[in-house]
Amino acid sequence: MRLSRRGKITLRAVVALILAFIYIPLLVIVVEAFNSSRILKWPPPGFTLSWFGKAFESESAREALLTSIEAGLAAMLIAVVLGTLISLAVGRRSFFGRDSISFLVVLPIALPGIVTGVALSNTFTQVLGVSLSLMTVIIGHATFCIVVVYNNVVARLRRTSGSFEEASADLGADPWQTFRWVTFPALRSALGAGALLAFALSFDEIIVTNFTIGAGEETLPIWIYHNLFRPKELPVVPAVAVILIVLSIIPVYLAHRLSSDDAGLTPGRGAAAGDGSTAGPATIAETEAAAAH
Amino acid sequence: MATDAVVVKRSAGRRLAGFFSGRPRLQIGSLLAAPMAWLVILYLGSLVVLLITAFWTVDPLSGTVIKELSWDNFKELVNIPVYREIIWRTVRTAILVTLTDAIIAFPIAFFMAKVAGRKTKALLVVAVLMPLWASYLVKIIAWRAILAEHGVLNWALEPIGLHGPGAGTASVWLTMSYLWLPYMILPIFAGLERIPDSLIAASEDLGAHPFTTFRKVILPLAFPAVVAGSIFTFSLTLGDYLAPKLVSNEQFIGTSIFDSITNNQPFAAAFALVPIVIVIAYLGVARKLGAFEHV
Repeated sequence: MRLSRRGKITLRAVVALILAFIYIPLLVIVVEAFNSSRILKWPPPGFTLSWFGKAFESESAREALLTSIEAGLAAMLIAVVLGTLISLAVGRRSFFGRDSISFLVVLPIALPGIVTGVALSNTFTQVLGVSLSLMTVIIGHATFCIVVVYNNVVARLRRTSGSFEEASADLGADPWQTFRWVTFPALRSALGAGALLAFALSFDEIIVTNFTIGAGEETLPIWIYHNLFRPKELPVVPAVAVILIVLSIIPVYLAHRLSSDDAGLTPGRGAAAGDGSTAGPATIAETEAAAAH
Repeated sequence: MATDAVVVKRSAGRRLAGFFSGRPRLQIGSLLAAPMAWLVILYLGSLVVLLITAFWTVDPLSGTVIKELSWDNFKELVNIPVYREIIWRTVRTAILVTLTDAIIAFPIAFFMAKVAGRKTKALLVVAVLMPLWASYLVKIIAWRAILAEHGVLNWALEPIGLHGPGAGTASVWLTMSYLWLPYMILPIFAGLERIPDSLIAASEDLGAHPFTTFRKVILPLAFPAVVAGSIFTFSLTLGDYLAPKLVSNEQFIGTSIFDSITNNQPFAAAFALVPIVIVIAYLGVARKLGAFEHV
């Protein structure tokens, strides 16, 4: 669009302000991590590296990290298997009730997290009589992670033609061989992207986790949450937060690698929702793909 | 031996293939059995149980759940002013957050889609996406540090004699607007990208002032994308309980559900139906406004 010089300058200034709004809070937490004071006071009276040392030494933080990784991997695995199965049915075949399946897959993430959390914890404790544990957390996470795998894989299936699989069958391959040598290679990067997102989603999740986790167990977000209310541990929290921000570069990098392979990728609860039924996400996936080109 | 095993396996696979071919229902059934068991029985089942639980009550003396259907929880929600106020406060905040995000998101999305060059655009998309990967909780904590009594905001406002919002609703509004902003920017960006440049050029060639072009051409075409983004900002705000808990002292729908879950699960269940109903109503409005067809 043609804008006047003044219009352009104004727009640029506004964009700079918005970027500042996006990044200043992250900067604040980084500065707090080096704050030498025990309380979060601004401006910091001095700077220290000691909170990072304490964070690395903290037994409970390390345990929580391992718990989070365990939950993330387990939820990811379940989501990959279930999500792939659904997308193979929906993406390659037409049948009665196909649209309601996409809706059903999206539902756990389209509804507010607190609803999923209350519903699952209610069923576990009141109906099934299961005590809450890491297992129930994994079940909860897997439920809302299915959609991200499904979205990525089904989008890939729609873009690739089914005629390759027919050709493979015509040439005498059995269904497993066709899947192993034709379908799977075409899906690989989409599966990778979906799995990565599922892990990231689970790793960061706290709302459903809070409702489904057993007493005495902590994932890393829950650890952070608990320590916000423990004055002794509080100053370590920003340091752990900064470590998490730095670690988040890994999935960003991996996502970039995968999306240059043309897969749609976006993290976050809402963004992962919906293919056709909730509007934005398909677009967001495209956006990320577009950004990679 | 090894080759024998392979031959046996292949023929078994082939026999299986023969069995499945020409039975499309069986194929679909076996693909969907496990995932549908999970989603229908476990998830939908849980939602149904939640709905039923909402009609149960808790004996005030013994604290045990009475599994008889009654409207008591809903009557309480409607009749007790505190709960009405909590629901209204949450909805009001969700609307405010949505409007704020739409206003902030539009200029940057517009700049990304229609003004920036290829490289700047790619860079900005990454810049907008990056914070989504940073932990949700970390971002709330950052706002806690900003909004605290001795925090960044009060330090910055002090010289001009102002004071931040403290632990009130405005803090929740700020924090949520921050948290969900990328969910608004991305759909609007995608929606604007889809508007052909020729339409804008035509408007300009016909002598329209940039402001008129914006109002008469760009805004109407991008509006469904704004509505699509608003679905996220609105429903995410409705259901959140950590941001209100960590930056304010006010009660919201989420915090009320969270607080009542330990003592009164049926009431928590009834309260959890409130955001569901509101979100469904909102989705209905969004569909009318074209959010689903255009984006």
